Amino acid sequence: MQLDSRAPTGPIEQRWNEARFKSKLVNPANRRKYKVIVVGSGLAGGAAAATFGELGYNVSCFCYQDSPRRAHSIAAQGGINAAKNYQNDGDSVYRLFYDTVKGGDFRARESNVYRLAELSVNIIDQCVAQGVPFAREYSGLLGNRSFGGAQVARTFYARGQTGQQLLLGAYQSLSKQIEQRTVKMHPRTEMLDLIVVDGVARGIVTRDLVTGKVSAHTADVVVLCSGGYGNVFYLSTNAKGCNTTATWRSHRRGAYFANPCFTQIHPTCIPQSGDYQSKLTLMSESLRNDGRVWVPKNLADLQRDPKNIPEADRDYYLERQYPSFGNLVPRDIASRRAKEMCDLGKGVGPEVAGVRRGVYLDFGDAVKRLGRDAVAERYDNLFQMYERITGENPYEVPMRMYPAIHYTMGGLWVDYNLMSTITGLFVGGEANFSDHGANRLGASALMQGLADGYFVLPVTVSNYLAGVKPGGVDESHPDVRRTVGEVEARIQRLMSIRGKRTPESFHRELGTLMWDYCGMARTEAGLKFALAKIPELKAEFYGNLSIVGSGEEYNIMLEKAGRTADFFELAELTCRDALDREESAGGHFREEHQTEEGEAQRNDDAFSYVAAWEFTGESLAPKLNKEPLSFEYVHPSQRSYK
Amino acid sequence: MARSMNLVLNVWRQKNAKDQGRFVRYDAKAINDHMSFLEMLDVVNEDLAHKGEEPIAFDHDCREGICGSCGMVINGVPHGPAKSTTACQLHMRLFKDGDEITIEPWRAGAFPVVRDLVVDRSALDRIIQAGGYVSVRAGAAPEANSLPVPKLDSDQAFDAATCIGCGACVASCPNASAALFTAAKISHLALLPQGGPERTDRVRKMVAQMDAEGFGHCSSHKECEAVCPKDISISFIAKMNRELITAMSVAPNEIKSRSKG
Ligand SMILES: Cc1cc2nc3c(=O)[nH]c(=O)nc-3n(C[C@H](O)[C@H](O)[C@H](O)COP(=O)(O)OP(=O)(O)OC[C@H]3O[C@@H](n4cnc5c(N)ncnc54)[C@H](O)[C@@H]3O)c2cc1C
Ligand code: FES
Repeated sequence: MQLDSRAPTGPIEQRWNEARFKSKLVNPANRRKYKVIVVGSGLAGGAAAATFGELGYNVSCFCYQDSPRRAHSIAAQGGINAAKNYQNDGDSVYRLFYDTVKGGDFRARESNVYRLAELSVNIIDQCVAQGVPFAREYSGLLGNRSFGGAQVARTFYARGQTGQQLLLGAYQSLSKQIEQRTVKMHPRTEMLDLIVVDGVARGIVTRDLVTGKVSAHTADVVVLCSGGYGNVFYLSTNAKGCNTTATWRSHRRGAYFANPCFTQIHPTCIPQSGDYQSKLTLMSESLRNDGRVWVPKNLADLQRDPKNIPEADRDYYLERQYPSFGNLVPRDIASRRAKEMCDLGKGVGPEVAGVRRGVYLDFGDAVKRLGRDAVAERYDNLFQMYERITGENPYEVPMRMYPAIHYTMGGLWVDYNLMSTITGLFVGGEANFSDHGANRLGASALMQGLADGYFVLPVTVSNYLAGVKPGGVDESHPDVRRTVGEVEARIQRLMSIRGKRTPESFHRELGTLMWDYCGMARTEAGLKFALAKIPELKAEFYGNLSIVGSGEEYNIMLEKAGRTADFFELAELTCRDALDREESAGGHFREEHQTEEGEAQRNDDAFSYVAAWEFTGESLAPKLNKEPLSFEYVHPSQRSYK
Repeated sequence: MARSMNLVLNVWRQKNAKDQGRFVRYDAKAINDHMSFLEMLDVVNEDLAHKGEEPIAFDHDCREGICGSCGMVINGVPHGPAKSTTACQLHMRLFKDGDEITIEPWRAGAFPVVRDLVVDRSALDRIIQAGGYVSVRAGAAPEANSLPVPKLDSDQAFDAATCIGCGACVASCPNASAALFTAAKISHLALLPQGGPERTDRVRKMVAQMDAEGFGHCSSHKECEAVCPKDISISFIAKMNRELITAMSVAPNEIKSRSKG
């Protein structure tokens, strides 16, 4: 299939306006005849479902939590970008666009990114009108901060709970639509498959997580906003339930999966403390503004109380290697250098699986320089959180940090209208691949989710619906019944293995494999090893899985098993994509492709494209389709932080 | 250095809403004091699964104290012994070797048990649906800085908006009242100018829904404030009551015509 991005041409400032004008409209009186399914109630899905409801469509929204308010978006801390230029520091839509394309290491579509930057300003207006309590100055006007190394202060924030407040805003708008009966909410309901009839998405198959009932829901359009797949690594900063099932099952039905190997690592997370670890907790990047990163110079000091290690015996390796940026080097560099130190055996903290994985982030100097009160004012809530988890007080003992998987730039391929390669299947938020290229800038995921949900999807989905007749396929259609049958058979298969190992143990083993061979630094040999190992583990899964209980009840093991099964397949594709991409770009670092200084080296001649993978059949190699990228406005350059 | 301990758990097991339910004793062996409380339950669950017994069901997702999914009564206290801390952020270092720990679901008529420690909290969603929002369509918003909000009001609104909807307030209250939850949303929006136009209607509808769901009345036991993982103050309940009295003094037909508009 020829990939058509449907990206408009002409001056970039006018593209979205033009596209909006050309969009077809649905007569308000007819809208309630159209059924719209939204999977997900995070920032993207919650905003989209609420907005479709406001427009008068007949909406069904699904989430696996007990309430739409609990979607993973709730956990975002830092903030949301918008090109308001309230600080008069030279920001503009164009600059946000420029920074995002460059930050994405030139692997994103310019048209999409420009639209995102353009809509960023509307998002802030919308959220403020909903009552989102963003930080304010004494004037009563909105406050901003600079985030993730940006040179302008364009980040809006709500204490350390920006995601929570934005999500509650969307949830409240959604609640209003539920009350008005334009939206029917289906919580504790998991999408297990996509219904495709004659090549067009016509609904989903779900399992009620309380009763186990499998049912079909048909619709005129399906919108997936089911979040990212970071949990393929098992340990990540994502919520425990985050999964790839909705996107992976759609992939198997014909939606291409783009750039799965573009995954992002966050450098400052609390290290793993033991093999029972269930997730990792992110500590705000802002800590690196005042904290100094170091490891002991001498191996003999690794277990020594860090307070007693003299200055001369500490290696402030980021300050040493990057004299101008020091501790503020970008996320990926900070992450890789930390891994390097630990691989060299210089890590600190508890040994997990034979290695100490942690580096110190020390506030000793900051306390001396600024005083304890000033440090407390900036970081006290983070310090408290750290102490609650580790039992150590960062005012006295340096924090320990280690990188963790945090975000996935890859996702289902979508065109400019956010439609996948399946007609009638749209994808928004972290679930699509669209705006961040090979690397996402801090505070840009919230912006993208809300831009998609409030402003892009309502236009592009309406345009699609204007061209289709409502109804047509109902639950009795043979293709619908067949899909339901396939889902039931899959559940039956998992339930009847009756082996010895729990789904949890398989997921953990898969995650470790992915982290070791497809994590922060990747090599050809390592990826090939993983590609040999994953099918073995998957075969063991289907031969030796154990699930207690039945499928007709609330069954947490069955939920876990289904998600793990899909992670296996996605893991393989991710490694294949990483192997195929013989360059380093953004979050994808291939050790074979680095500069003499150890920086990521892109290969624009050979790899300036989106890798869109096509599912070709069970146990068959996926097919690579390429969407070439061209840069008319921001010209590719190599970054340097030395 | 990590400590290892052995514990005894008394856990409420209930297969579904119709089942009677009962406490079951489990040994939790070799628990590392760095584990979180939920990681301790994970370990127990893996153990149970190996023995062919059904694992203990409990709600959880973010495990960072922000989504409000987790919630269980630990030794009689919602979310357990640590102040301002959700069950998922509770760590085992607060317990010692040999401790016996009782774990139950939220208990309230309006929160029927789904399974084991999982309850149905959809009543809280319906309270929000009754009016816990500002009616602003996507696209209809004015320029954000055209409406300055005094920092103090904004900060106070935030203190209320920080509610995670976990339901611990209900679980702790002898009357199973949802007053703190409801008051938090009413106050968040009443403190901001954006919430002004719908203020009267909102408080009446949300309070009516709270009563309709079968939550009890607030009789100022203050247990809710003590267990709230986000330290939401009961002074917001007083604010809700004041809002309600003011709303009641508006003639009903005036409200009718307003809500039509
Ligand atoms: C700790 C942390 C901090 C972050 N901080 C920031 C920040 O400061 N700024 C920023 O811009 N970004 C941040 N991010 C990234 C950002 O939070 C996410 O990328 C974004 O919130 C994703 O939103 P979403 O709507 O796409 O998906 P989500 O919020 O993940 O929502 C997914 C929805 O899909 C539903 N779902 C999933 N699978 C299924 C299924 N099979 N069936 C039914 N429903 C399903 C879920 O129930 C949920 O409702 C952070 C991320 C993390 C992990
Ligand atoms: S699991 Fe999210 S608050 Fe505890």
